[in-house]
Formats: sequence, C-alpha cells, structure tokens
Amino acid sequence: MTTLIKLEEISHAVPRRAFLTRSGLLLSGTAVALLSGRDALAAKSGKGAESDLRILNTALGAELEAIAAYQVGAESGLLQKPVLDLAVSFQGHHKQHADLLYKTITQLGGKPMAARDKYVFPVETLKNQTDVLRFAASLEKGAVSAYLGAIPVFGNRDLSKAAGSILGDEAMHWAILRNAVGDVPVPDAFVA
Amino acid sequence: MKPGRRRHAALAMLLSLACHQVLAAGDAEPDAGAAARGALIYERCAACHALETDRTGPRHCGLVGRRAGSVPGFDYSPAMRQSKIIWTAANLDRFLKAPLAMVPGTAMGYDGIKDQRERRDLLAYLAKAGQGARCRAVPAAAGPPAARPMAHQRPAR
Repeated sequence: MTTLIKLEEISHAVPRRAFLTRSGLLLSGTAVALLSGRDALAAKSGKGAESDLRILNTALGAELEAIAAYQVGAESGLLQKPVLDLAVSFQGHHKQHADLLYKTITQLGGKPMAARDKYVFPVETLKNQTDVLRFAASLEKGAVSAYLGAIPVFGNRDLSKAAGSILGDEAMHWAILRNAVGDVPVPDAFVA
Repeated sequence: MKPGRRRHAALAMLLSLACHQVLAAGDAEPDAGAAARGALIYERCAACHALETDRTGPRHCGLVGRRAGSVPGFDYSPAMRQSKIIWTAANLDRFLKAPLAMVPGTAMGYDGIKDQRERRDLLAYLAKAGQGARCRAVPAAAGPPAARPMAHQRPAR
C-alpha cells in the first residue's frame, strides 16, 4: 500500500449532499465574526488598515487564480471521478474564500481586485491526472505558506484569525492531493 | 567573437556576477546543494509567483539585476513601482527577510523568510534558475511567454 487513505474512502466519507449542506452558504464562526459590522468598523479605523486591505487584496488575487487553475484541471479531461469531484469541491472552497475576501475588502472600504481576463498556467506540462494533481498540490502548498506569512503582518487580529482558518483549509487540500498521488500526505510536523 | 560565443560569454559573466552577489548576501559561501535546497524553499512562493509568467506576483525570470516594478504589463503597487530598487542579491536578501519593512506599501503582504541560510539558498536557486533553459526562453523585456490562455470562473458574489 502506497497511500494511507484511499480516494474512494474520501469520496464516500463526504457525500455530495452533505458537503452542500455543510458548506454551501454557511460561513464559519470566524467568517461571521470577520464580517460583523462592529469588527469591520474597528478594522476600518484601526492602525494598519490600508496595509490590511493590500494583504487581503493580494490574497483575493491568489484565490481567484486558484479558482482558475482548478477550472483548467476540471476542463482538461485528465481528471477521472472521484478525483474530478474532489477538485471541484476544492475549487468551491476557494470560491468561498474569494467571496469572503471580496466582501471583507468591500466592508473595510477597499476596492476588491477583479479576476483577470485570462490566466497563464503551464498546461504544456500537464499530461495526465498525476501532473494535474501535483500542480494543484504545488499551488495549495504555496497558499499555505502565503497565509502563514500574512498572519503575523495583519494589523487586525480578527483578520489573522480568518487567515488561519483559510490556511487550515488549504493545508487539508495540500495533504489530500499529496495523498492522491502517493506522496506522504503530511511530510513534516511544521509548515513554512 | 561570433555572436553565439559572445552570448555565452555574456551569460557566463552574468552568472558569475549573480553568484558573487548571492555570496555577498550571506556569511558563508553557498555550498553545492544551495540551489537544490532553494528550489524547495521556492515552493513556498508558488501561490503567487512563477519563473516564466506573471501571476498574482511578477515573474522571477530575470529578477536578479532587474529594477523593481519594471516587468512590462504587471500591475505593481505604487510603492514598489516608485521604490527605485535594483534587485541585487543584497537587496533581495533584505526584501525577503522583511518585505513590508523594506518597501512599506508593497502588495507582498508576507512576513518574510527570517532564516539567513534559507534566504541564501533561495537566492542561489533564483540566480541559477534565472540562467537556466526555462528562463532563457522568456523574452527579457517583453510580456509573458506565449502560452495557452485559460478560461476562469469568477467567484459567486
């Protein structure tokens, strides 16, 4: 056995209906706190608010790019079920992250960046399902590092907490994708 | 000297300069495995950066020696565009350690790489990758290389 968790087991563990019920329109406690008017008001007037907005916008840009990357994977014809369903569900998480970031930036008085008209990915290197999953894993790993690097520099600690919440989700994506290609799912005790 | 040889000589000189600058950024000389270790550290950048193409952040081919905020068509923060920084290895080392301290207002909202050896390894990788085949295929002062644009979906609002 080269993997600890089989993809079939993952797929059955979270039925689609349950996934939609749990994550479709429900926001996590962190997100609710982040989006409350009181927090937004405090952040708006707080020290470093402009810097926070820039960080949030950069995070939004990366999330939009992740959504586009998963779209490329989903439309590539290289992913078979249940891996395809997994990729689409991860893309759904990124859409929720982007949506939350968009709303938060707006609520804090900033201007959210828009998705680009086109994104460029190294599609010429994606020849099979494993290539696509490894590429997705590399983006998820990078996202973990990016949020980890953002947490200490937010002026508003509620935003740090929200970033930590997103980081946890990205780390799970990364681990599952590693597992799917037969790599050790969690290679180290710490992320960097 | 034939044009091909001249080009190779120029590349060799650039690589030598880059290595010298990397050396200047750290206390000790990068060992033979520095670039390989740096490649692993570079994976941390993958959410926002790539070598050949602009992503959420600008591409890294041609980074060493480039003026900050100068990749054509990339939408930099005003702070980065106006910084007048030249990305020598020493400046890259300083920026990677604490981006927001060196360029307040940069869009790179990242705490930085605090470990000097990790920065040195990363710079060794960037210097080596910048002279590699992937980067040689990237036009120095033009837009990103031709690649198949891909559709995307905007998130539901």
